[in-house]
Amino acid sequence: MTWDTEFALSVFPELLSAFVRVTLLVTVVGSLMAAALGLVWAITQRSLGRRSLPLRWVLDFIRMTPIPVQLLFVYYTFNNLSALTVGILVFGIHYSTYMAESYRAGIESIRKGQWEAATALSLPPHRTWRAVILPQALRATLPSLGNWAIAMFKDTPFLIFIGVLEMVTVARQIGGSTFRYTETFTIAGLIFLAASYPTAILMRRLEKRLAY
Amino acid sequence: MSDLLDTLAAASPQLWEGTLVTLQLTFGGAALAFLVAVGLGLAALSPWVIVRTLVRVIVELFRGTSLVVQVFFLFYVLPLWGVELAPYTTGILALGLNYGAYGSEVVRGSLTSVPQGQWETTTALSMSWLHKMRRVIWPQAWALMLPGLNNLLIMLVKGTALASFFLMNDLTFVSDQMRRTAGTFTSYGIAMVIYLLIALALSWALRVLEARALRRLGLREPTKGETAKATAEAVA
Repeated sequence: MTWDTEFALSVFPELLSAFVRVTLLVTVVGSLMAAALGLVWAITQRSLGRRSLPLRWVLDFIRMTPIPVQLLFVYYTFNNLSALTVGILVFGIHYSTYMAESYRAGIESIRKGQWEAATALSLPPHRTWRAVILPQALRATLPSLGNWAIAMFKDTPFLIFIGVLEMVTVARQIGGSTFRYTETFTIAGLIFLAASYPTAILMRRLEKRLAY
Repeated sequence: MSDLLDTLAAASPQLWEGTLVTLQLTFGGAALAFLVAVGLGLAALSPWVIVRTLVRVIVELFRGTSLVVQVFFLFYVLPLWGVELAPYTTGILALGLNYGAYGSEVVRGSLTSVPQGQWETTTALSMSWLHKMRRVIWPQAWALMLPGLNNLLIMLVKGTALASFFLMNDLTFVSDQMRRTAGTFTSYGIAMVIYLLIALALSWALRVLEARALRRLGLREPTKGETAKATAEAVA
């Protein structure tokens, strides 16, 4: 089997378009959702203390079960949702459980004196969070959230389980009809690499810059 | 309730088979991943630039191109080149290389986190490389790397769900088949609970190892948040 550059170039636009329309869409919307939900989980856990144990179990359950099964489960349970919506929901919720742990690290890194100062100034809880804790905690958390977003990005091909025409699925289809899998999967892999590697480097830089 | 028990009883042979396939992939993949992680993690600290560069390229290639693409590459592309792998081999190889690459970052990070003074001391005592690794550096790095490896192991368990895509009757495949008879909620619910139990058991085992390693060094346990942050760096 030889490498056919012309063929590789000819499938590139189709793969790139699937990449932008599905892979990027799911990653961006899913990451925003995960970042928002993760913060909610982290703040709820911190505020409720020991009473948040049931929430902790639910989050652990979601974190410790495979995305493909979750995709299938949600897809067949909610028949009225499109496969793409299911994908965004499942990825958003799944990775929110990881991001919650990162927020938790950021919140834990805030010294006790900050909380005590907020109490001494009798700030209400939402002011304590918004004006004192979060601005400091998020600084340490941001690169970590970015890293989880990259991890989510590389998991998007799991959408093949519910039949979403995402880049790797398209690559597989083209490969199936032409029997040229080498070029299609190589291009698909390279597109992933080209998007995730620079972002990972960026996160490493960001981490150094944001570190105290 | 009795309905549920009936379906469970009827499906239990397939479920058991599926669980076994998932477990075999998990243990095979984890064993290979561990070897790859330690090998690449140690080689990443090599004094030779060529070795370090090569390790960097391998690690970034496997980290950057997505597990699914790698599985498909092994499954569809290698046969075109005349290399036919059994489904088990495909699964174990893909999981081992992908998570091994992630793991090597954890191993490397833990080794470099061992305080500089410890490395200098081994030099001052003119210990051989093997001696200093075995008696000084590794025991300390081991305690540091276990939480990260623990998180990766859970991800690997979840990653085995891909196996149904290269013709293996793993837990995900079996539960998908069960859906027609047992319904969505029951079939996928059972699969998720079994995956959860596998993940919890492995995670517990690694935490026991970690507690032992920390006790030997007289150190405190890291918080879950710290571990999550380190893992995020490895998988990105």
